[in-house]
Amino acid sequence: MSPMLQQPAREPAIRIDNLVKRYGPVTAVAGLDLEIAAGSVTALLGGNGAGKTTTIAMIMGLVLPSQGCIRVLGHDMLRDRYGVLARMNFESPYVEMPLRLTVRQNLAVFARLYGVPGPVERIRTVARDLELESLLDRPVGRLSAGQKTRVSLAKALINEPELLLLDEPTASLDPDTADWVRAHIEDYARARGATVLLASHNMAEVERMAGRVLMMKAGRIVDDDTPARLIARYGRSNLEEVFLDIARAPSQPDLAGGETRA
Amino acid sequence: MSSDAGSGDLRARASRVAAMVQRHWYLLRHSWPRALELVYWPTVQMLMWGFLQAWLSRTTGSAATAAGAFIGGILLWDVLFRGQLGFSITFLEEMWARNLGHLMMTPLRPGEFVASLMVMSVIRVAIGFVPVTLLAIWFFGFNLWTLGLALVAFFANLFLTSWSIGLVVSGLVLRNGLGAENLAWSLIFLLLPLCCVYYPLETLPGWLQAVSLCLAPTYVFEGMRALLLDHAYRADLMLRALALNAIYFTLACAAFSRLFAAARRTGALLQIGE
Repeated sequence: MSPMLQQPAREPAIRIDNLVKRYGPVTAVAGLDLEIAAGSVTALLGGNGAGKTTTIAMIMGLVLPSQGCIRVLGHDMLRDRYGVLARMNFESPYVEMPLRLTVRQNLAVFARLYGVPGPVERIRTVARDLELESLLDRPVGRLSAGQKTRVSLAKALINEPELLLLDEPTASLDPDTADWVRAHIEDYARARGATVLLASHNMAEVERMAGRVLMMKAGRIVDDDTPARLIARYGRSNLEEVFLDIARAPSQPDLAGGETRA
Repeated sequence: MSSDAGSGDLRARASRVAAMVQRHWYLLRHSWPRALELVYWPTVQMLMWGFLQAWLSRTTGSAATAAGAFIGGILLWDVLFRGQLGFSITFLEEMWARNLGHLMMTPLRPGEFVASLMVMSVIRVAIGFVPVTLLAIWFFGFNLWTLGLALVAFFANLFLTSWSIGLVVSGLVLRNGLGAENLAWSLIFLLLPLCCVYYPLETLPGWLQAVSLCLAPTYVFEGMRALLLDHAYRADLMLRALALNAIYFTLACAAFSRLFAAARRTGALLQIGE
């Protein structure tokens, strides 16, 4: 194929330049540079306080960076956040849906907020895909943890997002339900060509789902590769051992200034 | 094309405001104690002040009490108080449900969120106010609705003041966490002695009158007494109230906007709680 006929390179789904977040004297994110390819599944790993949640919150625009630039799906999140929010979504078992509303009411409200065309049909589709049909008229507060996770996932998929941000999507689920949720996310990402950024402490989950792993420590990315190459490079048998090697290695000095969260 | 885009954008904005109103309407429907509370306190207040007014009217023969200045005052004060509470409680419902993070990740803009809080404050006041005014007719023969179109001016001004206070309270809770939620109940009571709900402006000492005249509700309560006692509608008082409300509402919007930005800087939207 001649160079003239080649497709232009697809813009990364997420592009981060020199991202810094300081909370007073504490530096939560210390100069992050990062590109995440469109259509990829990437995992963000790191111990507690490594800066994963702050990074994801800044990508969503919930937290303003102290410094740096974030582009999501071609939009500058500091200047044009509302131009892109309808094309992304988020799921975390730690952020519950309103408990008194039924599953259908919650999904109807979020469908309307995201401007989903044909919301009734879309709710029917996600409810069928996530096996929520029999729960649609039940208040979210009366559901089990696994059912709530499926409802949160239904909310996250209601607008068919091009970018899906997941914060420990299978935490507190039994292995069977967790496996089912992972399979559904993988199916969705494959079918939609969606980009997935996943923060997780479950290394088996990351090995299975992610094509790329970003290891965070003290607000920085300290390693970045495929799960297989990371395991090979550290001479370990699985990602959990790699994680422990990185987590227990001494931290680098803070280049961005201020103390960092260890 | 641009006007199509503009009207589409307007429709999308209206739809998001409607989504938030729908969410809170569902909440009211699912919780009868919430709905009952909207009627309970205004009824108790109206009965207490109504009986006090009836007793004072019999024992002192006061023209003001006979004309219903007390009960009119309490009904209009309730619009101000419940309007603010309706705004702030609707906001606090999102904090209590830890739903604010979810909402702020959607295309819902802060201005649309505020608009939905304003609509909900009107709905919540209406749920409590209409039955209570009907009870006032039954118990005391006082019909607030005979004030006619003047009520529109009274309500508009009282709601504007209530939203200004609600905006400041919500912004402070957003910035400082639920530890500041008591402001939703307490801050507005600062206005109760100052804005002359139950007595005329000249009752206050001179220096306090100057303070009182800086508050928009003072003109509404003075206007109500002028209407009940002198049967005169004072448009000039309503215009002064409107001008003051325009200033306070603009300042409150600016304060909310700054406190919202501060909450994003400090990560408060992620750490909603005490």
